[in-house]
Amino acid sequence: MKKIQKQNTTNPFESLSEELIFTILDFLEEPNNNNNSQQTKKSFSLSCKWFHALESKHRRALRPLRAEHLPSILARYSSIQTIDLSLCPRVNDTSLSMIAEAYKETLTRIDLSRSRFFTGSGLLSIAASCLNLVELDLSNATELRDAAMVGVARAGNLERLWLNRCKLVTDMGIGCVAVGCRKLKLISLKWCVGVADLGVDLIAIKCKDLRTLDLSYLPITEKCLSSIFKLQHLEDLVLEGCFGIGDDSLSNEVFKQGCKTLKKLDISGCHNVSHTGLSRLTSISRCVEQLVLADGSPVTLALVDSLNKLSMLQSIIFDGCTITCDGLKAIGNLCISLKELSLSKCVGVTDEALSFLVSKHRDLRKLDITCCRKITDVSIASITNSCRSLTSLKMESCTLVSSEAYILIGQKCHFLEELDLTDNEIDDEGLESISRCSRLSSLKLGICLNITDRGVAYVGMCCSKLKELDLYRCTEVTDLGISAIAFGCHGLEMINTAYCTNITDRALFCLSKCENLQTLEIRGCHLVTSIGLASISMNCKQLNRLDIKKCYNIDDSGMIPLAHFSQNLRQINLSYSSVTDVGLLSLAGISCLQNFTLLHLQGVAPQGLAAALLACGGLTKAKLHVKIRSLLPEILIRHVEARGCVFEWRDKVFQAELDPKCWKLQLEDVMQ
Amino acid sequence: MNPTGSLCANNWARSSSLVPPGSGLPTNLSSDPSSFYGIGIEMPFKEINEPARTQSVIPGESNEDIKITDQETSKLQDWDPSAMLNNLLFLEEKIHQLQEVVHLIANKKCQPFEQPRELVTQEQQLVTADLTSIIVQLISTAGSLLPSVRNSLTDTSPLVGQLSQLRGINLPFGTGTSNGVQPQNNVGNKLFDQSIHKDVPNNCEMEQNHNMEEHEHKDEEDMEEGENLPPGSYEILQLEKEEILAPHTHFCTICGKGFKRDANLRMHMRGHGDEYKTPAALAKPHKETGSEPKLIKRYSCPYGGCKRNKDHKKFQPLKTILCVKNHYKRTHCDKSYTCSRCHTKKFSVIADLKTHEKHCGKDKWLCSCGTTFSRKDKLFGHIALFQGHTPAIPLEDNKGLAEPPDRCVTNENSAMVGSMNFSFGSNPSNENGVDNIMDVKGNIDDPINYFSSLNFEGCNFGAFNEFSQPSFEDSEGSFSFLMPSSFNYAPKSGGESCSDNL
Repeated sequence: MKKIQKQNTTNPFESLSEELIFTILDFLEEPNNNNNSQQTKKSFSLSCKWFHALESKHRRALRPLRAEHLPSILARYSSIQTIDLSLCPRVNDTSLSMIAEAYKETLTRIDLSRSRFFTGSGLLSIAASCLNLVELDLSNATELRDAAMVGVARAGNLERLWLNRCKLVTDMGIGCVAVGCRKLKLISLKWCVGVADLGVDLIAIKCKDLRTLDLSYLPITEKCLSSIFKLQHLEDLVLEGCFGIGDDSLSNEVFKQGCKTLKKLDISGCHNVSHTGLSRLTSISRCVEQLVLADGSPVTLALVDSLNKLSMLQSIIFDGCTITCDGLKAIGNLCISLKELSLSKCVGVTDEALSFLVSKHRDLRKLDITCCRKITDVSIASITNSCRSLTSLKMESCTLVSSEAYILIGQKCHFLEELDLTDNEIDDEGLESISRCSRLSSLKLGICLNITDRGVAYVGMCCSKLKELDLYRCTEVTDLGISAIAFGCHGLEMINTAYCTNITDRALFCLSKCENLQTLEIRGCHLVTSIGLASISMNCKQLNRLDIKKCYNIDDSGMIPLAHFSQNLRQINLSYSSVTDVGLLSLAGISCLQNFTLLHLQGVAPQGLAAALLACGGLTKAKLHVKIRSLLPEILIRHVEARGCVFEWRDKVFQAELDPKCWKLQLEDVMQ
Repeated sequence: MNPTGSLCANNWARSSSLVPPGSGLPTNLSSDPSSFYGIGIEMPFKEINEPARTQSVIPGESNEDIKITDQETSKLQDWDPSAMLNNLLFLEEKIHQLQEVVHLIANKKCQPFEQPRELVTQEQQLVTADLTSIIVQLISTAGSLLPSVRNSLTDTSPLVGQLSQLRGINLPFGTGTSNGVQPQNNVGNKLFDQSIHKDVPNNCEMEQNHNMEEHEHKDEEDMEEGENLPPGSYEILQLEKEEILAPHTHFCTICGKGFKRDANLRMHMRGHGDEYKTPAALAKPHKETGSEPKLIKRYSCPYGGCKRNKDHKKFQPLKTILCVKNHYKRTHCDKSYTCSRCHTKKFSVIADLKTHEKHCGKDKWLCSCGTTFSRKDKLFGHIALFQGHTPAIPLEDNKGLAEPPDRCVTNENSAMVGSMNFSFGSNPSNENGVDNIMDVKGNIDDPINYFSSLNFEGCNFGAFNEFSQPSFEDSEGSFSFLMPSSFNYAPKSGGESCSDNL
């Protein structure tokens, strides 16, 4: 009787066709990378068995939390194309061969950049079974040797391969990859210090389709350059920190033809390349649009002259170079219109030269003059006058610029989306003016000691698109300012109010209205209590980074709601807080938790810590005080390490909080 | 004689005796291990043999003659190579000069006769004279350079040999004048050809036969022992086993202390008194014992049945005491020195170990096709050049990669080649290296001695460094040519163990 009844009660949803539901699910996916969509899909699949089955069928991308769950995950989802294992610190060969077995036909991308404990045989099984594999990220696999590359080389259809920091891989391994993966379009060998000319040369000879080649910090010389410059499709070449490449190697006539397609060239940190070498490079690759010359040789007239041949140039990065006045003026005289210019930390940038430069490049969109300590209001005036279409202005620590100059920025540059005013003399009037930039999404006001609630309130009222706000050590800002922000900027994702010591729970109550809040730093806000944090945890479900260091009033009662509601929390800093074993253990309930810092936690006993370490299965990094090490059983440490967690043992002395003004003075002392 | 060693040698004997006589020489060449070693020492034999067989007797290009003799020089230790080289250079120069003159005459010949008759004859005389001098030079050089010819001549009838040499010199004078007016292209070569035609063919033929018989042995000898002294032309000495293996050969007559070298002994002797400090006492002893040794000394191995033993019917003497020592240790002693790098290869002569260790492990740059390179850039150049070749990762490095064997074999023609490839730790490729292996297999089609299967079993599949494990004794001989220059010492020890035919 019962059976019949069951059969009769059919699911009304089952009448919906598969295609229809798939289309709906496709729409759900659209806000990319948003955890929201994941949540929605989860709820969707939990509504009924039919939906559950359909969602499993529909799913294309996976980001598993634990490698242990892989068997059940693989059984559920049948047609996965992308697997991101960056949340699984421990991925062994068995897991990889299971994945290979499950997604023979479908798998196209796999990310192993944060995982360890797999070897060449696991990679071999993936490469040999998944014939459609196109993308493989093996960055940080510092234990892989050439033998593993033999496995990788079996993936004949591979197009994108990252091997950053694979330090033990040598030319031989890269040679295997070059021969095996002929369709490579992107290969990144950053920090593969075992790879030299021969390996790179072979890559360039065998993989003719290469578009992107990252050779940062490789011990290469000119020997491989001629093959590289013969690549017909190369667009992006990064030679950062290749000290073996110098003027001598570039001056020879071996490579007469350059890449006609090269769009981005990065030779930052190549100290041995001066203007002669650069002019050689620019004369053979004339289509370069973006040039990165950071930390290189001094920017002189001669060097800038060598850029004259680049008719397509749009962006130059000079970060950290010494710049002469003539050089800077010559940039102004280039017959092109730059869109992006970075002079961050450049020594020698003067008002006169910078004013001349910006007057010629009126179409600048991004300008970075961080730490150009000589510039004053004059420069800002000419920047605001000439470059009305600026979208990004970074001018951290331009300390000679007076507060009046910021009014100009607000008046002239209405298109600003990103503004970094960290450590400047801006005051409330300046902020009031800047609040006119209604497109602002990122505003950094760290260590601007002159701003108060009034200025911040203007921003809150006008900049509704704000996503990032940094108020680090803005000591005058109180709950009022924060509440204005919280009411005005609903899309806020990141807020830093570290050491804004006047902030209380009330600010957190307000901030809890920002549902998208992902990062909250309230370090040193000692008035904040567990109640404030609880309201954040209950409402901001997306929270994934939390810093409550030196919030002495936050204790276990704050941790319990956090553990219960903020299931997306990845990173937490609990140092100096009043959290005890109970709170710590409750945190273990957050399955995403990867990274915690626990220094000088008076209430945490070694047993509690040990239990928490055991319970947090997904930990990848734990920062602990070195004194605790001896109190923890060695076996436990080894066990946790074997799961993929890295311990950082710190030996910091207990610091009493300084007076905020006193801190600034101390900092200035250090700098002088 | 250990049976395993002889088994291997039998391979050779059988393989070469099985081939049809018609194609004897070419097959010998292809199965000739030395050709894999890449050492050109044995090559001159072929180059001499082949022309002799095909009756093309010293090819038209005179330069080639020089090349042959040039290589011959390196083979002979008892001739002064530098003097020989001078001689050859002179010859070359002379021939070039002559070529120019003949060219000139040939060009003039094309034009209608308008030069005075006198001039033509003058030129002809000049050419003839030049030719004569070249021929004389060449024959005297060649006579001294080609010991095999000379030896086999003296072997049968020393007088004939002498005579032929004399005639070789004389003949051109006689025929030269008459031939001088022949069509003048290639005058010099033709002349020379004919003179050889008349005299040498028999000798060449004979020598070839001799070579055919001993081919497989000769190739495997140490390079300095390739000489072909006629029996009786030297004094045979045979040391006892104990003498050979003794750590010291020179002993102080006063205190009894032993030394490896007599120079060391002489240095030591100085301590025993002033009479040992005189220049005479310190001088090399045999220098004063007359500058003209009557009979060359050659050595015999005391091991019965060894080809280096004087009772063997194809006895090949050893040249020096050092040769005796090395031969005896390599062939008849245990291999007690193990390579400290690969821990698998063993040697009985410490120098061999050192040579191997120098190149063992990291110095080996291996391609998937089986070719090894002493330098990494050479390997990468090779890989850049060929499609499908890939660097082979050495096995110590390859431990983590336990590839299921079936996956590797799938693409292969036969499981044998598959496992061979796998032993290189690399992708399958049917290029040069593998072809070579197939060739060798093809030649040795005797099912009993189907050595490759035997060897692979002994090798545990895929252990690149296990060639020399216990099964080493029987695998080494065949592997040393399967794996060209995979260990540098191979030409010597590998060859010898093979050659020790009972």
